[in-house]
Amino acid sequence: MKVIYERPKILTDAYFKYCGGCGHGLVNKIIAEILEEEKLQEKTVIVWPIGCSVYADKYFNVDSICALHGRAPAVATGIKRNLPNDNLVIVYQGDGDLVSEGMSEIIHSAIRGEKFTVIFINNAIYGMTGGQMAPTTLLGQKTTTSPYGRKEEESGAPVNMAELIANIKGCYYSERVAVNSPRNILATKRAIKKAFNYQLEGKGLCFIEVLSQCPTGWGMKPLKTLEHVEKEMLKVYPLGVFKSPEVKNQ
Amino acid sequence: MGEKLFMQGNEALAESAIRAGCKFYCGYPITPSSEIAEYYAKRMPEENGVFIQAETEVAAFNMIAGATATGNRAMTATSGPGFSLGVEAMSFMAAAGLPAVIVDVMRPGPADGDILAAQGDYFQVVKGGGHGDYNTIVLAPFSVQEMADLTPQAFELAEKYRNPVVIVSDGMLAKMMESVELPEKIEQKKNFDWTLTGAKGRKHNVITTCATGPEQWEQFNLELQKKFNTIAANEQRWEAYQIEDADFIIVAFGSVARIALSTIKKARENGLKVGMIRPITLWPFPKKAFAELKDKDFLVVELNAGQMVEDVKLAVPDKERVFFYGRLGGVTPTPDELFNKIRELYAKNNQ
Amino acid sequence: MNSVKINFELCKECEYCINFCPKQTILKKGERLNKKGYYPPEVVDIESCTACGTCARVCPEAAIEVYKDVTL
Repeated sequence: MKVIYERPKILTDAYFKYCGGCGHGLVNKIIAEILEEEKLQEKTVIVWPIGCSVYADKYFNVDSICALHGRAPAVATGIKRNLPNDNLVIVYQGDGDLVSEGMSEIIHSAIRGEKFTVIFINNAIYGMTGGQMAPTTLLGQKTTTSPYGRKEEESGAPVNMAELIANIKGCYYSERVAVNSPRNILATKRAIKKAFNYQLEGKGLCFIEVLSQCPTGWGMKPLKTLEHVEKEMLKVYPLGVFKSPEVKNQ
Repeated sequence: MGEKLFMQGNEALAESAIRAGCKFYCGYPITPSSEIAEYYAKRMPEENGVFIQAETEVAAFNMIAGATATGNRAMTATSGPGFSLGVEAMSFMAAAGLPAVIVDVMRPGPADGDILAAQGDYFQVVKGGGHGDYNTIVLAPFSVQEMADLTPQAFELAEKYRNPVVIVSDGMLAKMMESVELPEKIEQKKNFDWTLTGAKGRKHNVITTCATGPEQWEQFNLELQKKFNTIAANEQRWEAYQIEDADFIIVAFGSVARIALSTIKKARENGLKVGMIRPITLWPFPKKAFAELKDKDFLVVELNAGQMVEDVKLAVPDKERVFFYGRLGGVTPTPDELFNKIRELYAKNNQ
Repeated sequence: MNSVKINFELCKECEYCINFCPKQTILKKGERLNKKGYYPPEVVDIESCTACGTCARVCPEAAIEVYKDVTL
């Protein structure tokens, strides 16, 4: 029998604590696939955030550290600058971690052009803490701290991180992808693999924003969340490449 | 031994750290600590090291956490306001077992404050201020020479116990210039099994402070407490000056201890038997120094409104015999001022 | 015959695999509950399976493995 797909061996036997249908599971899996295919397991250090993926260190047979809320890029700066260039340092964060608590750390890591890869999981909500509003929450979206729907005059409009980071000189590559369909899942894998390769080539900060579904936070069954990403999130967060060495005049 | 130079406190500390093999420095400039950052900025290219001017102290304290996670030595320097920002990372590093060295060049507070000498960070640095039950070793040099001596030891203690270590100086010690014999240059000996370097040929390492339930977290805390208790039992340091026959014992650290030495001289010339206990570790507090001192009066002198005095009261047999004298705002007492205070207390006692 | 293996206990009933299977006949929601209280899918029409691997790729739990029969 030829193997078409097998569970990556880099993943441990630990049960994913993510909710059914959650984007985290898909992205964790994609990262594991890439590390295994590219034989990067022994060179990788992953910096995990505070959020639903806080226990992801248990899911990977890879050196990991769980940083304080928002601080992963700062911790990663200390790690990457103290390891040989062929080590792969991955920073994995959600909305609360990267956009709120850690906005300063990610902006300045991009300003300094830190040579690690940032994977930003955007599900427009604070999942782990029970579904509060995030800076990425859509206008009109109901959360536990925007029970009447987010209002622009009170809480501003959702912020587009991939574009924001792309505008900083030290950012080498910035792309937004999604995991709500087989095609998008493959595109996410291609984007993350590209970003890893750029890091191994010694290039600057690579930023991959992944639109992710949050069935529990959005109050929808998983299949419905795929629609929500397609119909609502893509309106505000278009997929695409916002910074690339291959495109001139960006 | 090493070379003897005439150096500024901040620069001597920085050079000693470099000679101790600390080739990674990050920090945010803040008076009166900025010379440490500036010195490292100049020296790191010469040593093939890394200098990062971090955007904030929040970032700097978390960067040294990451750096030490790879097993390399790392340091940041700041003052009171910056330490306040870094306090979350102190809790993190103590729990995660990350052996970074943090320098707090204290200045008058609260809030923004001023830039001269003060000791109002005692509570913040010694009692923690960060989340949960944790401790960090705190070393308090009182001369440029002691700064040079204690800095390499700070790194060794940090790695021995896998705990961050704080060196506290102040706006006066940092800027004064004194004769100093610098330590020999060494290469850091790295023999760690817990660091994050890529899991090549070994099981992967995980550094996390995220609990997975009360039983597990209580166990984690009990292990931490064991670590802190071991440090408290083995690492108390102090210096005693003429205490055997003293009626009055001054208790002071850092700059104030220097001033007190002159006071002791004057007191003795005037027939008053005064001595001093100078804590060198503020944590663990040198309780052993005080345990046997019955029938003595203590004058705790600090550049704050009364912080270390609480620990002295806890350490002595009779807390009613502990008196306090403090100056605030960056004002430092003169030796005569302290002498007059002691004479006043003597007079009261003899009534 | 191609093979689709589903890790019964890992499934959380998100239904992505059932939804995205191009043939739409191979997987169907099962009637047995796993330990966590979910109904994992069952393979009911393996003959139609072309081992495209889509089900495995859309599973957030990495609970599906797909093998292609190369004996013909």
